[in-house]
Amino acid sequence: MDFKDTPAEAEFRAKARAFLDEHAERLAPGESAAGFMERDDPDLIKKSQAWQALKKDNGWACLTWPKEYGGQGLSSLESVVWNQEEGKYRTPPNVFSIGLGMMGPTIMAHGTDEQKERFLARMARGDDIWCQLFSEPAAGSDLAGLRTSAVRDGDDWVINGQKIWTTGATYCKWGMVITRSDPNAAKHDGLTYLIVDMESPGIEIRPIKQINGASGFNEVFFSDVRTPDSLRVGAVGDGWRGATTTLMNERASIGGGGGGLRAEDLLGLAKKVGRLDDSSVRQRIADFYVRASGLKYTGYRTQTAISRGSIPGPEASIGKLVGAPMMQELASFGIDLQGSAGVLIDRDFGCQDSYLGSPGMRIAGGTDEIMRDIIARRVLRLPTEPRVDKGVPFNQIPSGPPTP
Amino acid sequence: MNFDFSEEQKLLKKTVQDFLTEQAPLAVNRAVLESDAVYDEGLWKSAAEMGWLGAAIPEEYGGAGFGYLELVLIAEEVGRALVPIPFGTSVGLATEAILAAGKPEQKEKYLTGLAAGDRIGTLAIAEGPGPVKLEDVTTTFENGALNGTKIAVPDGGAADTAVVLANTGGATSLVIVDLGADGVTRTVQRSIDPTRTVATLEFKGAAGELLGGQGEGAALTQRVLDRAAILTAWEQLGGAQRAFDITQEFTTGRYAFGRPISSFQAIRHRLADQYVDLELARSNCYYGAWALETNADELPIAACNARISATHIGELTSVEMVQMHGGVGYTWEYDCHMFYRRAKHLGLVLGSADEWRERLIQHLIAKQAA
Repeated sequence: MDFKDTPAEAEFRAKARAFLDEHAERLAPGESAAGFMERDDPDLIKKSQAWQALKKDNGWACLTWPKEYGGQGLSSLESVVWNQEEGKYRTPPNVFSIGLGMMGPTIMAHGTDEQKERFLARMARGDDIWCQLFSEPAAGSDLAGLRTSAVRDGDDWVINGQKIWTTGATYCKWGMVITRSDPNAAKHDGLTYLIVDMESPGIEIRPIKQINGASGFNEVFFSDVRTPDSLRVGAVGDGWRGATTTLMNERASIGGGGGGLRAEDLLGLAKKVGRLDDSSVRQRIADFYVRASGLKYTGYRTQTAISRGSIPGPEASIGKLVGAPMMQELASFGIDLQGSAGVLIDRDFGCQDSYLGSPGMRIAGGTDEIMRDIIARRVLRLPTEPRVDKGVPFNQIPSGPPTP
Repeated sequence: MNFDFSEEQKLLKKTVQDFLTEQAPLAVNRAVLESDAVYDEGLWKSAAEMGWLGAAIPEEYGGAGFGYLELVLIAEEVGRALVPIPFGTSVGLATEAILAAGKPEQKEKYLTGLAAGDRIGTLAIAEGPGPVKLEDVTTTFENGALNGTKIAVPDGGAADTAVVLANTGGATSLVIVDLGADGVTRTVQRSIDPTRTVATLEFKGAAGELLGGQGEGAALTQRVLDRAAILTAWEQLGGAQRAFDITQEFTTGRYAFGRPISSFQAIRHRLADQYVDLELARSNCYYGAWALETNADELPIAACNARISATHIGELTSVEMVQMHGGVGYTWEYDCHMFYRRAKHLGLVLGSADEWRERLIQHLIAKQAA
């Protein structure tokens, strides 16, 4: 048991550092990389694309993708090492994670040869940015309850409906939309997965203003939007299979981790406000620290498993289920420490920004409750709840209280 | 990154688990609970024969020549089986104290017996309720004679040798005492978990010998407690995992309202939360094991992390075990209470989680100042 790199890991890490040292500036100790709140800045998108292209042209992009699709054909291990190293440098925010982490792998698994040829290399280089059009106002956790319709008309599909929580819709060239092509089929059977040009007529994008004032997400309205059948991913009515691939990749995407308020930072804050001697404060900070440590060392265990060839499974839900609520609790506690002045936005410790930003982390990509259900079902293999919507034609499933 | 146990270590763990599955069903713990026995002597002998007691003792003193990575895995299995033997106390406290501070002749005299299981050791610190202040004990050791009273001595009913924290002329020192000696009165106390007895030890002029230097008592004790905390955390983790496994099985077999109760979100989400906290505790225990094996500078902080999270998960899984079993969970007949008792016992025996949280903060402040 040790924390040292294997010789192969050390060699790869050294190469990664050499590239990064040449092309990027190393972060100062304690400085965190730019967060997603700045992603709406148009210059940042361009910088982000330039950085991705530089990485791609030098063999540092899409490390785990097969070479034939523009990747490097490496394992998750190299990807982890790269993410750790890249996270230590000041680089533009990554606007490609949805495309590269979810859309690309879905096209690889279910797309046609023509689609792979046309889209993957450009996606890998950051030439096109992709978004995911899954959730709807009435279909979030219950994604398969989606209602956006796709009707076949000649060689095209005609899409009508509304998607929501679409990250980056304003700057994406392509989107992957899951639609209901057969409302008479059972819920999971009548879905079709389509690629759509986000510049098509009939698409309207409205940014959603979040609690923290930023707008990372959008509503996307479809009014008679046409996309050719050649951009269908998988068979008609078999869209749920593709959606499942996408969601599994969402969970498996491992970040460099970290950033934001840490338990140790609260010691400095407690000292500043004269409460470092208060045992109720000390007890709380200790609990935060222990929990954060548990998460950190769980990451080490996962990394070890990856370096031995395992593929991260549903256990990865732990990181989000622990990390997101803890971020909110830390922020709330840090604000309370400041007493009535806690209402003021303080950028030294960033508790207020974190308090306003963290609720989204507990919802995006699967709520805490969905994460618990994933663990219950896929890790613990507990029996599931009986469902009233299984095997029933979609248009006969109740969607609200009965009308009197 | 190699943050895992080796294949050989995992094989050893499997061997221990197989042996205990066969030889230590929960009925063994129940038998001690329901009798006047203070521990299971047969399993204690087996533990000695298989080298568990001397896993971290050098071979020259009769040890098995394993290391701490092996020892923690044995502790986990002992915890999982709720084995009613004074393993953590004799191995984690007494043996560690003598390894840390014993002169060669003391090691020769005591470690050989501790490894062979002929001797059962304990560490006597507390003198009254509330957090222990190691620098402030009233038991005295002067001119070779020990006087005073120690309470809540772990496995005090089973031990025959105690390492005692005493005041020696204004400073503290550790003293080894044979509990069969004149001037020692031992009273086994009623406690939460009678399968791990606690005793009051009254010393009236009992003969003892210094362990370590004069005035080193508090520092040595803290060092031993830190190391024992990691070993005990693994024992707590093993018990927590077993409690959780039993609860998961029970709630899946138990039907109400026409379906398994583990299909209700009120149950399954809580099981998911327990699984998550088990994994966090396990990861903190891994880090503790690494610190123990390498004697890392980070050991005191690693000990706090392991101790606090293992105490939390021990209590959480055993409380939920009783609750999720419903009415039968509260009966003497079902096994839930044995986990409920053991978890609380182990969570207090080295000091409560509150005390460890306070220690953690002191370490973190010192680290930031450095």
